[in-house]
Amino acid sequence: MSRNPVSEIIRGITRDNPIFGLVLGLCPALAVTTSVENAIGMSAGTFFVLFCANIFVSALRKQIPSTVRLPIFIIIIATFVSIVDMVMEAFFPPMYAALGVFIPLIVVNCVIIGRAEAYANKNNVFYSAIDAIGASIGFLLVLCLIGGIRELLGTGQIVTFGYTLISSPIDPAMTTMILPPGAFLTIGILMAIVNYQKARKAARGG
Amino acid sequence: MVEKALFAIFMEGVFIKNFLLIQFLGLCSFVGVTKDVKSAAGMSGAVIFVMTMAASVSYFLYTYILEPAKMEFLGLISFIVVIAALVQLVEFVVRKNIPALYRSLGIYLPLITTNCAVLGVVLLNVLSEYNFIQSLVFGVAAGIGFTIVMLMMSGIRERSNLVNIPSSVRGLPQAFLVATMLSMAFVNYFWVIPI
Repeated sequence: MSRNPVSEIIRGITRDNPIFGLVLGLCPALAVTTSVENAIGMSAGTFFVLFCANIFVSALRKQIPSTVRLPIFIIIIATFVSIVDMVMEAFFPPMYAALGVFIPLIVVNCVIIGRAEAYANKNNVFYSAIDAIGASIGFLLVLCLIGGIRELLGTGQIVTFGYTLISSPIDPAMTTMILPPGAFLTIGILMAIVNYQKARKAARGG
Repeated sequence: MVEKALFAIFMEGVFIKNFLLIQFLGLCSFVGVTKDVKSAAGMSGAVIFVMTMAASVSYFLYTYILEPAKMEFLGLISFIVVIAALVQLVEFVVRKNIPALYRSLGIYLPLITTNCAVLGVVLLNVLSEYNFIQSLVFGVAAGIGFTIVMLMMSGIRERSNLVNIPSSVRGLPQAFLVATMLSMAFVNYFWVIPI
């Protein structure tokens, strides 16, 4: 089994991408992507929880009896989510207010329990940490893409932490894009594009 | 903020803050289990039951154990344990007493533990500082809203499988595009029923 840290990270971004590859963690991907800023905040929280949970699960994998492993995973994850929840509330109140109930809901984010079950439970600590980094980068990129599209079309500009990145001459802005339907529309079209590319690659014999 | 009419809370749970289409809670089951009406109905039934139970049990847990002991920070961990335990309990009871229902629900019962809609109800109840009756009403309403959307979605998806569309849109992208239309309809409740 030949693998190295770099290829594992790339696998997390492309083939095992949480949103498009594995179709996990859809709830936060749609709910908090009204702006790039929220997308980054959500990804940061998810990264911390995924990283710590993967390391813990991997380190304890020989001690955890396999029949009760899921409840144990959930309790490990819930502990780290509580930490993120309290830290965000104390240090980033505006972000905490914007993300709202979705910070505590990281605990039921299927990406985290999916990686714990499918990867960290079977691999050593180092590769579990690498896997967490890869999956988090993949998650971050997709969230920023969806957030960017929605913010640009919905408000006419992308403002991240006080800096205006892009402003477009769309007038009037399509407010629907930052309302819930815009999220479904964006992810539906992006998924169709990903499927099309996959099919084309397969047809070329890739 | 506690003085909210029960009817307002009910309508909020079913339509205005619909869990699937407006709040994006429970999307995994939304795209996973809506391939046919029968399993969508089974899943919805189980979700209504667990949601109602979780809303009431977690209310007592939070108000009478966690709050007096100043241990609100344990809320998240204890809620998830309560939900997991409830799902187990429901599974035992249903399997023992109503085997036919158990067979038709199948694997959907254990899946509810990781359904963010259930935890969402519990967390929103705590966040909005609802009392017991209000929590219960919101739990039932959220379950009903969930059921309505699951049934609509599965009906539409059953029909739309027969439509001739490009192969790369078939499946999930198609489900999301249908959800876009449904969501557009639900967004308008913001203006129809001002609260």
